Amino acid sequence: MKYVDEFRDGKVARNLARTIAAEVQPERRYHLMEFCGGHTHAISRYGLRDLLPPEVRFIHGPGCPVCVLPVGRIDSAIELARDHGAILCSYGDPLRVPASGRMSLLRAKAEGADIRMVYSSADALKIARENPDREVVFFAIGFETTTPPTAVALRQARAEGLKNFSVFVNHVLTPSAIQNILESPEVRELGTVPLDGFIGPSHVSTIIGSRPYEFFAEEFQKPVVIAGFEPLDVLQSVLMLVRQLNEGRAEVENQFSRAVTREGNLKAQALVAEIFELRDRFEWRGLGEVPYSALRIRDAYRDFDAEVRFELPYRSVPDHKACECGAILRGLKQPQECKVFGTVCTPDNPLGSCMVSAEGACAAYYTYGQFTKITAVAEAS
Amino acid sequence: MCLAIPVKVVELLEAEQALVDVGGVRKEVDVSLVDGVAEGDYVILHVGFAINRLDETEAQRTLAMLREMGVEPGAAA
Amino acid sequence: MSANPKTVKRGYIRPLDLKHGKVEMAHGGGGRAMAQLIDELFQLAFDNPWLRQANDQALLTRPEGRIVMATDSHVVAPLFFRGGDIGSLSVHGTINDVATSGARPLWLSAGFILEEGFPLADLKRIVDSMAAAAKAAGVPIVTGDTKVVERGKGDGVFINTTGVGVVPDGIEISGDRARPGDRILVSGFLGDHGVAIMSLRENLSFSTSIQSDSAALHELIAAMIAAAPGIHCLRDPTRGGLAATLNEIARQSGVGMTIREDDIPVREEVDAACELLGLDPLYVANEGKVVAVCPPESAERLLAAMRAHPLGQDAAIIGEVVADEHAFVQMQTSFGGRRNVDWISGEQLPRIC
Repeated sequence: MKYVDEFRDGKVARNLARTIAAEVQPERRYHLMEFCGGHTHAISRYGLRDLLPPEVRFIHGPGCPVCVLPVGRIDSAIELARDHGAILCSYGDPLRVPASGRMSLLRAKAEGADIRMVYSSADALKIARENPDREVVFFAIGFETTTPPTAVALRQARAEGLKNFSVFVNHVLTPSAIQNILESPEVRELGTVPLDGFIGPSHVSTIIGSRPYEFFAEEFQKPVVIAGFEPLDVLQSVLMLVRQLNEGRAEVENQFSRAVTREGNLKAQALVAEIFELRDRFEWRGLGEVPYSALRIRDAYRDFDAEVRFELPYRSVPDHKACECGAILRGLKQPQECKVFGTVCTPDNPLGSCMVSAEGACAAYYTYGQFTKITAVAEAS
Repeated sequence: MCLAIPVKVVELLEAEQALVDVGGVRKEVDVSLVDGVAEGDYVILHVGFAINRLDETEAQRTLAMLREMGVEPGAAA
Repeated sequence: MSANPKTVKRGYIRPLDLKHGKVEMAHGGGGRAMAQLIDELFQLAFDNPWLRQANDQALLTRPEGRIVMATDSHVVAPLFFRGGDIGSLSVHGTINDVATSGARPLWLSAGFILEEGFPLADLKRIVDSMAAAAKAAGVPIVTGDTKVVERGKGDGVFINTTGVGVVPDGIEISGDRARPGDRILVSGFLGDHGVAIMSLRENLSFSTSIQSDSAALHELIAAMIAAAPGIHCLRDPTRGGLAATLNEIARQSGVGMTIREDDIPVREEVDAACELLGLDPLYVANEGKVVAVCPPESAERLLAAMRAHPLGQDAAIIGEVVADEHAFVQMQTSFGGRRNVDWISGEQLPRIC
């Protein structure tokens, strides 16, 4: 058992796809939101849409930490490196995200800001130890999966008494985003966004467990299936959702039981709770200000909070007018419905954040060929 | 979101670090977020940290279910 | 060299300290120090009749056939890696650029940009490796140049090489000749070079036994042309990997391509390293592989010729050229779906999500 190849067997996939095709009811549509960009990526990369009947529709959710990061936060990160002279350590993902004034972390780096790509929060700590006379800031982004590693680095920094290390925290919370979508007027009152069920996050759920989703299943009567990221995991979860919908059930089911329990990783949760607390509100790209949807550093660790140390003000910056990332992140629009998709906005020259990350809905559409079909269809008609 | 992959723990090192293997590639990672990691365990690796242990019995159960759920070609008449 | 003992004594210069010495600004200054560096290092290592003439240029006899010329500047960090170094890479890279036109490579030039303070021992290692690569390939380095930049203004050493070769009449190989129905072949496992390099980058550090595939391909290519003289396109998938090369050919030829994931040779370790970093092996660099496009009737013959050569023993037919005015490259996934294989966007960055 290697936990990878076993879940990529094309033959099993085709059989599973036949079962799904046999079980969907032809008169109904199954609008399934895959919350995570990881699922969007798997669907595109393995060409899963080709295997599924047309009754099953995917709606791409906001589960990509790069895509939901608002422009103002990238601006602040650039400011840290450029105006405060800090070494800014960032994961690879945010480097290309467009900031204000045609800037990005990569462009700021080209102009001389000291911005370094790291693979892990531990690498940022190492850079801080090696540069005692420089301020070193770790640009922490990500959902619940990526928060515990940031917490480990903060705990370590305090234990070592590192004076030149701080963290610019942008960790956001999955359940708040799901709730925001479910409570949005488009979904709840207007019904303009049909949303029948959720393919739930896999790696986030390894940390938070399956329990937080129970509320959505009950309160909003939407089935949730927590799904692994391998292609067979996604297909199986689709089948589980189709069955729930056919039978009129709205439950939380756990397809990714090899890694997710109801309680999650309690050790990681405890560490996160020790170091972080809820922010009253946090701006998400596309969703706007979402209450209690992000974390900040507790007072006990405030010496390591870059927002405190550098007195960083937050300035909200509107997205580019033509960019539809907001609507796409809320499931209101598909990438190809955006006017600038594939023209002004491409992975080489992204206008919006959904085109940046490999798992942003627009980038996945562009890179893995949904674009092809659109062109082909446009010509056929 | 959250690129993470299953890796095998091949050796426990000092200071809650461990050497892991994935398809012959080896890397030192932090295992402080998971209790009682042992050599031979499979863990999920994310940004240099093990975030959870994989459960083989559950994985086998999922695979069995996957095969069961699939209709063999020709079986559907 | 034929000086008598007396003049040697008067003009005695202490030999270069190739163990502990460093590159100094004077080594590029045009004076005695530069002459010494050339004599004691480059000349000695690359030794051939053209260099022995000690002129500023090489006088070459015009060969029969059409002349091909290619140039490539090499900047690589780290300079030394498993399976090669910047020296051998700079020889192989340019030989391959010449050879993929169907040409026999004849001569190389080498231009060095050295950073002040660079250890002479490392420089000697690089130069010796270049010399060995050129000798093994049978392509002499006939002229060269050295410049030194101040400390902090280079990255140790940059090497530019230019190659000249000659294409026999009747061989027409070009990126714009792919036609629907043609078969697409690769000469072996993809992504080895890129992964070998990435495994050494400080902040990615992982250990692997994968080595760079850096190799001179002209003999393999000569064997391929002998077996299938009607080959339409040849290209080495370096930066941007197989994906970039296929997209280039598709665009130049105005055709589409369909490749099969199952048939593309990628080592398990390369696959694993890519999973670890969130990269795709199709976009990872190679330095000793060639992609060929040939008419369907000669594909099997070409494949057999490739597999008969040590550098092509893992060759495979990976797909077909199709008619598509959008010039899309598509892949049949192992899983049974279909996806686009687009150009790389910027530099491939390791990602967390």
